[in-house]
Amino acid sequence: MTSVIARTLRNRTRSAARPAGFIVIALLLAGCGRSSYQYHWNIVVDSVFRPDGLILYGVWLTLSISVISQLIGVILGVVGAVGRISRVTPMRWAASIYVWFFRGTPLLVQITFIYFGLGVTRIYGWPAITIGGISISGAIQAGIVALGVNEGAYMTEIVRAGILAIDTGQMEAAKSLGMTYRKAMRRIVLPQAARVIVPPLGNEFNNMLKTTSLLVIISVPELYVTFSRKNASGPTVFHPFELFIAAAIWYLLLTSAWGLVQARIERRLARGTTAVESGPGLRDRLFGLWGSPGSGLR
Amino acid sequence: MTLHKAHDLLDAVGELPQPTDGLVVEASGVHKYFGRLHVLKGVDMTVRKREVVVIIGPSGSGKTTFLRCINHLERIQEGRISVNGHLIGYREEGAKLVEDRERNIAAQRAQIGFVFQRFNLFPHLTALENIMEAPVQVSGTPEDEARAIGLKLLERVGLEAKVDTYPGQLSGGQQQRVAIARALAMRPALILFDEPTSALDPEMIGEVLDVMKELAVEGMTMIVVSHEMGFAREVGDRVVMMDDGMIVEEGVPAALFETPREERTKAFLSKIL
Repeated sequence: MTSVIARTLRNRTRSAARPAGFIVIALLLAGCGRSSYQYHWNIVVDSVFRPDGLILYGVWLTLSISVISQLIGVILGVVGAVGRISRVTPMRWAASIYVWFFRGTPLLVQITFIYFGLGVTRIYGWPAITIGGISISGAIQAGIVALGVNEGAYMTEIVRAGILAIDTGQMEAAKSLGMTYRKAMRRIVLPQAARVIVPPLGNEFNNMLKTTSLLVIISVPELYVTFSRKNASGPTVFHPFELFIAAAIWYLLLTSAWGLVQARIERRLARGTTAVESGPGLRDRLFGLWGSPGSGLR
Repeated sequence: MTLHKAHDLLDAVGELPQPTDGLVVEASGVHKYFGRLHVLKGVDMTVRKREVVVIIGPSGSGKTTFLRCINHLERIQEGRISVNGHLIGYREEGAKLVEDRERNIAAQRAQIGFVFQRFNLFPHLTALENIMEAPVQVSGTPEDEARAIGLKLLERVGLEAKVDTYPGQLSGGQQQRVAIARALAMRPALILFDEPTSALDPEMIGEVLDVMKELAVEGMTMIVVSHEMGFAREVGDRVVMMDDGMIVEEGVPAALFETPREERTKAFLSKIL
């Protein structure tokens, strides 16, 4: 019954969404026709389907910086969350001050401070380092650190919420079997909290993929910087319209790919829960507009 | 699953730790406060090896709290509780009692089983993994050995078909039987049952009580907070009536149920019988 309603609803929304999409595209094209601007659509096509080395490097940097920063964020988040709920007062304070500071100041300020601030004072000069034959510039390192530490503050609150969502009976049962707090946390509470954490973590990583563009301020040649450089010089100079459409498409490709990965992770973590047989479908995952039969409450 | 199959459950786990003087639990003058609320007002209780003690009493009388104090899930403010001759949760420093180190408390809890009203199985682990978790993680039992014990225990509680099932897919009665098996896997000297059947649908109470009866017959030392009169009569050695944080009266089940001495016991029994 429910699924029939849902299907009808989805069919209806789909048929409504299509004309709406056509209208938007038609308006855009109409707008294009009116100005005297010379459109070079081949810039978009080439940037997406025949990307040069610079673009591919930008994609690679955006992706790798995001993954490493998010990893740092998750690790700091788990440590921070355990600190926030600790019985030891100084640990609680330290974790709270960390969250307060990094959520309370702009990321842009943090990036600039960590790279230029620490650099100019010689507190840390960010020399390039070489790992496995690949040289990593100081700016990239600083960017990863800034994004990771900032993300850790947000992840602290997400992980804390995840831990608090787990019934206290779980900790008690683990303790009654002879586990210490640490072991109970690691073996019993955190694995269950992971299930709660993954959906907001997905949001965070989606954000991270796009937030890396703030590294423009320390000239890390990720996706955004790559395209703005192509706009500043070379054969595609001053074609911001086409270039940034292409940049947007690249970001969409990255976030969409992540959406698929996240769906897989959620399915894996749903082991043992009764209700969820499969996560939301691909379309709902990407557009998230309408609840599918699998994602809503039943 | 019948009573004459004695020693099946305990055979599955092997030899249990033996108290030297036959006393498993010794509690004296236990006081417990939740903030300003005085919950336990001087509780004394001795439980001998192989004894089955059933605690009854109105809600808020402190029976569950007392049970939780025995494995130090709750701190106590006065008095002392020992299990197998070891002080629980505290160590003596001169004349004072100081809370023990976490590691010691954990080691003491490992030999006290606890069965919760709401089962508290680990939902991310299968039935078998639930049972194996503590032997492997706490006692350092090799995994294949723990698996063998777990399989045997699941068979004994009649759930050999549910080895790889997650708790979310088990009925309440099945979950509670897994929870009992999980407690047994640690070879406890004593098992505490906190209203083990009151979260169950009526038709599932019997299967859990059967396992508990079997355990009692096999000689497990048990303290059971429960209003299951049939269970108390059949296998209980002693019934303890608590009210307002104190033990009102105790005695052998038949005597206490049929000829209670105290007015409060009479009033309580008239409500639940």
